[in-house]
Amino acid sequence: MIESVDMSLVDWSRAQFALTAMYHWIFVPLTLGLTFIIAIMETIYVKTGNPEWGKITRFWMKLFGINFAIGVATGIILEFEFGTNWSKYSWFVGDIFGAPLAIEGIMAFFLESTFIAVMFFGWGKVSKKFHLVSTWLVAVGSNLSALWILVANAWMQKPVGMQFNPETARNEMVNFWEVALSPTAVNKFLHTISSAYVLSAVFVIGVSAWYLLKNRELVFARKSIIVAAIFGFLTSVYTIGTGDGSARHVAKDQPMKFAAMEGLYNGQEGAGLVALGVFSSSETDPKNENLKDFAMKIEIPNILSYMAFMDWNAFVPGIHDLIDGNEKQGIMSANEKIERGKVALAKLKAFKEARKSGDKELAEKLKTEFLAKNFQDNYFKYFGYAYITDTNQLIPNVPLLFYSFHIMVGIGMFFMFLFIYALYLIIRKKAIKHKLFLRVAIWSIPLAYLASQAGWIVAEVGRQPWVIQDLMPTMAAVSHISTGAVQTTFWLFTIIFTTLLIAELRIMFRQIKNGPNS
Amino acid sequence: MTNKKNWFQKVVYFYIDGFKSMKLGRTLWLIILLKLFFMFFVLRMFFFPNYLKSNFKTDKERSEYILESLTK
Repeated sequence: MIESVDMSLVDWSRAQFALTAMYHWIFVPLTLGLTFIIAIMETIYVKTGNPEWGKITRFWMKLFGINFAIGVATGIILEFEFGTNWSKYSWFVGDIFGAPLAIEGIMAFFLESTFIAVMFFGWGKVSKKFHLVSTWLVAVGSNLSALWILVANAWMQKPVGMQFNPETARNEMVNFWEVALSPTAVNKFLHTISSAYVLSAVFVIGVSAWYLLKNRELVFARKSIIVAAIFGFLTSVYTIGTGDGSARHVAKDQPMKFAAMEGLYNGQEGAGLVALGVFSSSETDPKNENLKDFAMKIEIPNILSYMAFMDWNAFVPGIHDLIDGNEKQGIMSANEKIERGKVALAKLKAFKEARKSGDKELAEKLKTEFLAKNFQDNYFKYFGYAYITDTNQLIPNVPLLFYSFHIMVGIGMFFMFLFIYALYLIIRKKAIKHKLFLRVAIWSIPLAYLASQAGWIVAEVGRQPWVIQDLMPTMAAVSHISTGAVQTTFWLFTIIFTTLLIAELRIMFRQIKNGPNS
Repeated sequence: MTNKKNWFQKVVYFYIDGFKSMKLGRTLWLIILLKLFFMFFVLRMFFFPNYLKSNFKTDKERSEYILESLTK
């Protein structure tokens, strides 16, 4: 059945998932970060009693509300897709995915129906302190709600705390805390939310810069920039730290993704980091169009080795090492992994046949062998490789990964300087005169979204062909539905999400134009 | 008992007053409701049936199908 999968169905299913996930992610980061900025502003309001801070808080809360309302429930579509397009995957992951998503759903429901209501309806009706507590709880709660989906995503990148049950063909959770607190999950959560904070800080600075450029709401804009710039600077430093941690996890658990992010074809000791690089249209390997040659690159020696293994001279495997293997460095070849995956698949098939034929004794023996630690660690670990027919399938799109990674990092670094400079100009009361800075700040808003989306491209495209790292490739995960149905819903979603985005932008622009006094 | 009732009433009126005093919120709620209606009554019903739930009756059938599909 796997062999007969129509690759255009896989591609369209992936494209549809990417489209919905990316649109969903347009709305989420602002929700995650703006709540904290609002909570800080409201804290200053409650502490100082200065009504200007009250006005500032309410205005940003209004923009938060618009973004929240338009974005809420856009993630539900992803769950629809799991059930329809990715049914084999959904079954295979079992309760690993279900439990975190259920917690997220319950948490989001209670959060949205209680504290957000107090946040919006409670001005003047509840005490200032209770209102402030509600705002902080919305901030903390919405971030915790994001934790669970990121835990599920991290499990797909590094499956831990589970046991595959050959009888049910599902993964079963054996240790909830190992899943929830796996280093990959913790790092992914921290990196994702901190990058969302940076995006939100850029948003607040950009909108405030627009007021300064228009010579409007000067006090409001200055105060907003101060909070956002400090918050943005601190969180951007933190984002660099979590990004560094993320890189180490990727280098260890997903070395192919790491090599592709850096366009590293041949592994080396003391590997350099490509600070700037451009690919040519020619391939290094004519059999694989993903392996483009560099037309030019500027490399900083030894940095990549240090980034990956905290050792300036450590060996970083390149794409060819991971495909062909490297005995000296103890790297298994892709063909060996494919063979081991096939052994695991054959054992599963034998178990299935024995059960079907009613040979309980044999089925039980095969099940015991299948679940033995040695077999799990040496064969089932490579289960997904059994579906790989050509080792080139194991290589993700190198130029896309490389550019996305460098765009994310480059823009992230730029923001750190933007925050410092914004703070300097505001303190020196020079911001209003510095038109170029104000324009750059406004145009930084789309850049923040670009960096944020690029980060997800690195995370998700980088792990191709895996839907679950080493255990299930995308072609084994899709449902047997018609490609036409997926194409239809792809275009339907494009229309729906674009309409929602236009609605958000129109309402948002109108409110910004009206200003905080409206 | 009376206090509890008052407390409950307060919460209900809190929400009623909140909804009544909305301006921009009304537009946003309209968008949310339209979106939810479209998602659950159009997309979910006509375009996104749960593949395994609609094709198989029991979990046993589903697991057998997946096992068959994975090992073929």
